[in-house]
Amino acid sequence: MPSIEAVDLSKKYGSFQALSNINLKIEGAKCVGFLGPNGAGKTTTLKIFTDMILASSGRALINGVSVHEEKRKALNHCGALIESPEIYPSFTPREALSMVAEIKGVPSSETKKRIEDTLAEVKMEEWIDKKVGKFSKGMKQRVNIAAALLSEPEIVLLDEPTTGLDPRGMSEVRDIVKSLKKHNRLIFMSSHLLPEVSDVCDEVAMIDHGKLLVYDTIGNVTAKFGGDGGGAQTVEVGFSGPVDDAMISGKIATLAGVVATDRVDPRNVRIKFSGGLAVQERLLIDLASLRIGVVSYRPSTSALEETYLNLIKDTL
Amino acid sequence: MSQENQSAAMENAVGNKLPTSGQQVGTIIKYEMRNYFRSRRFFILLAIDLIIGALLTFVVAYKGIASIATNPITGAIQALPFYSTWWGFSAVILVFFSAVFFGGDAISGEFQNKTGYFLVSNPIRRSSIYVGKWIAALVASLIIIGIFTAITIANASYYFGITGGMPWQFQESFIFTLVYLIAALGFTFFFSSLFKSSAMSILITAILLLFGFMLIDELVTALLNIEPWFSLAYGSGIVSNVLMSTYPAHLSTVPEHFGKRTISITSYAATIPEGLAIMLGYFIVTAILGLVLFERKEFN
Ligand SMILES: Nc1ncnc2c1ncn2[C@@H]1O[C@H](COP(=O)(O)OP(=O)(O)OP(=O)(O)O)[C@@H](O)[C@H]1O
Ligand SMILES: [Mg+2]
Repeated sequence: MPSIEAVDLSKKYGSFQALSNINLKIEGAKCVGFLGPNGAGKTTTLKIFTDMILASSGRALINGVSVHEEKRKALNHCGALIESPEIYPSFTPREALSMVAEIKGVPSSETKKRIEDTLAEVKMEEWIDKKVGKFSKGMKQRVNIAAALLSEPEIVLLDEPTTGLDPRGMSEVRDIVKSLKKHNRLIFMSSHLLPEVSDVCDEVAMIDHGKLLVYDTIGNVTAKFGGDGGGAQTVEVGFSGPVDDAMISGKIATLAGVVATDRVDPRNVRIKFSGGLAVQERLLIDLASLRIGVVSYRPSTSALEETYLNLIKDTL
Repeated sequence: MSQENQSAAMENAVGNKLPTSGQQVGTIIKYEMRNYFRSRRFFILLAIDLIIGALLTFVVAYKGIASIATNPITGAIQALPFYSTWWGFSAVILVFFSAVFFGGDAISGEFQNKTGYFLVSNPIRRSSIYVGKWIAALVASLIIIGIFTAITIANASYYFGITGGMPWQFQESFIFTLVYLIAALGFTFFFSSLFKSSAMSILITAILLLFGFMLIDELVTALLNIEPWFSLAYGSGIVSNVLMSTYPAHLSTVPEHFGKRTISITSYAATIPEGLAIMLGYFIVTAILGLVLFERKEFN
């Protein structure tokens, strides 16, 4: 079973403590989002896991092997993309990926097909034989993602993989990550995009000021630290026209299961309800039958956001 | 775990086989060379190489072979003084250019351009990257020096015939040039792993190789009157010394007249074993230091 583990991991830059005693063990095929504000220590952590920087104390283990002591063994089944690296401008994506394939020992009989398939996955097949030097930032990032996935690694470490990508690119990367999960991979991914994280990740680890705040499933984390902590869920409802307060407090708030209501703007209302999918469905039927111009209904992604803000606020 | 998942995991575990570190060094050399052959830098140096060769060929043809190949003692026109003037002058310059062009920012450039980030998180030792890049720089330099050597020998054969043309001193000098190249590349690689800016490390290595050592040599000899055994330039003196018709004395004192006062100026010339020891010493020390620095360098 793939695993990554930080044991009492600390990092100092001069006198600045960037990471303090991180203990984190992630095991199994799943996607874990790594969240935290700017400067929290996410990149620092991921760099220690790829031997780009040295921990001041503690250990970083991949599949139980110390990254620093046995780098080749530890990173053998790992693919990583940290901080948008550059490729020699005179190289083409095909050449850059062949170099990675040779270093990682992808069988030479498979190399050509794998390079083409992986580049197709990131939608760069048209550019496979063009020089990287003239690529845009997002195109380079796509090639970098392909390089990380080329060896079909068991463990994938990604530092803000969708930075620089266009909206379509972001959604493609989300799909790639989802498909990786199906193939028994462990993905550890830092991100600032909470909707993205709640979409693709099963678990989250939150870090702030170099300290790990929490590591658990998204469900548990939002239940424990989100909003009132009562395990309630939120949906966002969009209306065709403005809804008035009387309507919200008089009709909507009294529907079955509703715990609280909150107007986001004149046409959008956030409704917190308790109960499972059955209640969620019932609520939609009730809202629609009110005939008050409901045009959209979706689970709020801001549950994670709320949790995030609560947790980060607490440490200030 | 489903059947499909299990087979996907196995396929990966079985499919890839991590090469040995030696094979990975080979991969780095291969792709570094490919990068060199597409870089402007390589072709600029190649142009410098050909220009120096052409210029010398022209000057010798124009002024006549006697002008550079006359033995100062016997007055005979010989191959040895030809090589002494031709090679003694240009070999050191070419080593200087090769070492600075190919080694000056070999490591620092990987940081400044962030190209090092592409490789370092792979399952490869940092030392393999360093060694691979070093060997690639050596091969590129050998191509430059090889071409110049061919021009040199072609000229010598033209004037002295194919068979009788090559004195053993030139063969030695050629080998010493290669030793100097190895030492100079070790030196520039070390400085390039000391800095994170390309321009800075190129500038520092160029200044040190060009003026630094000579200045130190002169100062130390003149002021302290000791042998500059710690200087790479001093050690590399054997490249041209061996081509002289009589090898210079290890220690010579020449009286110099400054107005009414006479000062005796001491100068040293490295013996061959000494020169080799200095150059190899430089290579070993800078290679170790450079590797240690690169191992500890942080990619941030
Ligand atoms: N080379 C360095 N020297 C000194 N301090 C550094 C260095 N690199 C990072 N830091 C500090 O360490 C802290 C953590 O940085 P890190 O890059 O890990 O944050 P992050 O969580 O990735 O932030 P972001 O979300 O902005 O990417 C920051 O306060 C940063 O200033
Ligand atoms: Mg970061």
